[in-house]
Amino acid sequence: MKRFIGFIKKEFYHIFRDRRSLFILFGMPIAQIMLFGFAITNEINNVDIAIIDHSKDATTEEIINKISTSKYFTIKQMIAREADIETAFKKGKIKAVLNFEKDFSKNLIKEQKATIQIITDATDPNTANSITNYINSILQNYQQSKNKGIVVEYQIIPQTRMVYNPELKSVFMFVPGVMTIILMLVSAMMTSISITREKELGTMEILLVSPLKPFQVIIGKVVPYIFLSVINAAVIVLLSIFIFKMPVQGSLLLLGLESVLFIITSLALGILISTIAETQQAAMMISLMGLMLPVILLSGFIFPITSMPAPLQIISHIIPAKWFIIIIKGIMLKGVGMAYIWKETLILVGMAIFFIGLSIKKYKIRLE
Amino acid sequence: MGISISNISKSYKKVKAVQNISFDVNPGELFGLIGPDGAGKTTIFRILTTLLIPDDGTAKVAGFDVVTDYKAIRKSVGYMPGRFSLYQDLTVEENLTFFATIFGTTIEENYDLIEDIYVQIEPFKDRRAGKLSGGMKQKLALCCALIHKPKVLFLDEPTTGVDPVSRKEFWEMLKRLQKKGITILVSTPYMDEAALCDRIALIQDGEILEIDTPEVIVNKFPKTIYNVGAHNRYKLIKTLQSYEHLYSVFPFGEFVHYTDKRDSFETVDLKSYLEKAGLTDIIIEVTQPNIEDAFMELAKK
Amino acid sequence: MKVENVIEVIELTKTFGDFTAVNAISFEVKKGEIFGFLGANGAGKTTAMKMLIGISKPSSGTAKVAGFDVFSQTESIKKNIGYMSQKFALYDDLTVKENITFFGGIYGLTRKKIKEKREQLVSELGLENISNKLVGSLPLGWKQKLSFSVSLLHEPKIVFLDEPTGGVDPITRRQFWEMIYKAADQGTTIFVTTHYMDEAEYCDRVSIMVEGKIEALDTPKKLKEQFKVDSMNQVFLKLARNIE
Repeated sequence: MKRFIGFIKKEFYHIFRDRRSLFILFGMPIAQIMLFGFAITNEINNVDIAIIDHSKDATTEEIINKISTSKYFTIKQMIAREADIETAFKKGKIKAVLNFEKDFSKNLIKEQKATIQIITDATDPNTANSITNYINSILQNYQQSKNKGIVVEYQIIPQTRMVYNPELKSVFMFVPGVMTIILMLVSAMMTSISITREKELGTMEILLVSPLKPFQVIIGKVVPYIFLSVINAAVIVLLSIFIFKMPVQGSLLLLGLESVLFIITSLALGILISTIAETQQAAMMISLMGLMLPVILLSGFIFPITSMPAPLQIISHIIPAKWFIIIIKGIMLKGVGMAYIWKETLILVGMAIFFIGLSIKKYKIRLE
Repeated sequence: MGISISNISKSYKKVKAVQNISFDVNPGELFGLIGPDGAGKTTIFRILTTLLIPDDGTAKVAGFDVVTDYKAIRKSVGYMPGRFSLYQDLTVEENLTFFATIFGTTIEENYDLIEDIYVQIEPFKDRRAGKLSGGMKQKLALCCALIHKPKVLFLDEPTTGVDPVSRKEFWEMLKRLQKKGITILVSTPYMDEAALCDRIALIQDGEILEIDTPEVIVNKFPKTIYNVGAHNRYKLIKTLQSYEHLYSVFPFGEFVHYTDKRDSFETVDLKSYLEKAGLTDIIIEVTQPNIEDAFMELAKK
Repeated sequence: MKVENVIEVIELTKTFGDFTAVNAISFEVKKGEIFGFLGANGAGKTTAMKMLIGISKPSSGTAKVAGFDVFSQTESIKKNIGYMSQKFALYDDLTVKENITFFGGIYGLTRKKIKEKREQLVSELGLENISNKLVGSLPLGWKQKLSFSVSLLHEPKIVFLDEPTGGVDPITRRQFWEMIYKAADQGTTIFVTTHYMDEAEYCDRVSIMVEGKIEALDTPKKLKEQFKVDSMNQVFLKLARNIE
């Protein structure tokens, strides 16, 4: 045990004395989250919208007036038919279309309620969200002013519809992706580099010719990075919560445990890489090309898996990151518990065991 | 507690690194493996330290087989690979502490063994190993290899890249360690270090040329060697190379080493031959062969 | 017959902050001479050599290399010197011929000249059968001989050799010294920096640097007589000990 602690102590010295790895460890996650977060703003101003008015009555006119006089929206265009909505979105710079149902005023008086459809372009999901919120509040204001002193209240019912990005990927959707990438990078790349560095230096020869057992060397290399990766995951989650006000719906404890599981899987991959690579440079290349690219392209982080060609969909199943993204999306954004993600968790556990087993088996007790 | 190697061969892909090598190192002996870069010295070291498995042959270190008993060997030997494998970003003391812990010991426990080496680098104990001079790295690496009191010590080219003063000190340290009963196998490309070993094996292209004490190897040299000097060394060599009785001629420091085909030979003949060729300031005198002469003679065969 | 000096160094000094790496060294090297520039690691020989080959500016003093001033004419110096070190020699992943062509191109030789030199060099070194092989596959000794020849491609006045024969087998080593003698015989000056005293024995004259100063400068023979020892190694050990 003393040997083991001595080994871990040494690993920490390496990490804290190497500015480059420190930067990757702590600079990257912060920079990535900030970039993804601030690239998308929540403020809107003078957004161009279009209107379809099937009623053309006093109430709709009043509402249109309210909207056009607000500083948030400019009415660019009046559309006659639903069929023209798509062309309007494609051609113009409009970000939303308001569709008033037929006999809006009549319905409001007769049935105390009327429907208005808000169609937004969700390629920029944050803006789409904001537009909906702003329009809703304008409608509510109008409704309140109308309802003053009336016994049976009028109700304007907005129906929101998103086009082009119905899943509404936003900064919150990026958080799981970024977190996955960072954990993968730190765990797999840094461990594989730190092991190959010993090969390059020749110190691996001395470690081999010592009573240290292979699993002690591996675990010794891995423990510091588990620790650092957990800190990293925490930094990412905290940044998301406190700077971007991301609501984390599910259990933080579960999130933490699932993260540790993924970190272990990635570390095992890192060790596997170091058994193939002889130099730090090779380890870095294999990590980037073999792990980072698939994670970015095939994990569903950027491109939805469902819209991939079938062979790629099949390949995506063997990428641990895919399952981890599903898990943490579920916990962070949907607030689900173990009952919903046990299958994915089990797959990750299986992968972790497989890679650890393989890397211990492949770890050479000699130089060949 | 010695080393015994019999008929070891090892190839990397197509390249034969060592071929059919056998030698024994007696307990407590300081044995030198002398040969140029690429001769196969490091391969032999790696086989003996259990890092490589030989294609053929068997080897024992301290009584243990290098293939089957590798765990026992790893506990009882000290190994200093070429290039002083230290952690550059750890300090002198941290390096030593680390190697002590992984061998399950402490600096204090075995301090008596490394004391006279460690005191020389102790003033720099808080300096990172990467910032040490070659000589100090060498001493630190030796301390690290000794910290667990090994029975057999393997030193692969410990004096490469180190200045003459440190080299001399290093060999003095080895002599002292030998007195403490440690068996030492050391390799070097520098022929002049051969004389400092009890016995040596001369090795080239993966084959052993000769194994014996340095004195015996030198004494076995079959010819009388003459130091020949003249005002122009290049012309001297060219002239000697076309001399009909030439056996060998090699530049050797300020002279060239010349040997003659004939058993009895008069230096005046050679002198007049050289004078005729227009050389001046001619010196011809008998000199003692050294390990390099012996090596070249053996390598020629 | 007065032989011209190709290197003239007077009171050359280099300081880094408070540290004086090279302390007012003076010496000259004659045309066709094999000059050994010795010293332990950190004695200042690398710094001194960098000033002579024009890649480091001296703090004070003067020096002329191949007739050019080390302060103002470094470009001319670079054209007139060759350089070979054990660490950097040739590209392992290029063939023998490609290496020669490449370095010939770097030194600004014409295509015709390169071709001529290439053929000459390949036949002189006996590399006809392997001239299309990768340099990486050659034995170390051949690489070193080839790399020395390449450093002579542009017929420089001075060649700087950095520990040229360390680790080579004794026979190749002597073939290498023969090549050096030949180059010197043809008028090329050879400037050898090394900390292996064995290599020093082969030089016409040697200087020994200790802590930034030249502490001894003479022929190996006279130095050995002066210190009453029989090898340059012992000369060095005595010098180093006296300083300590």
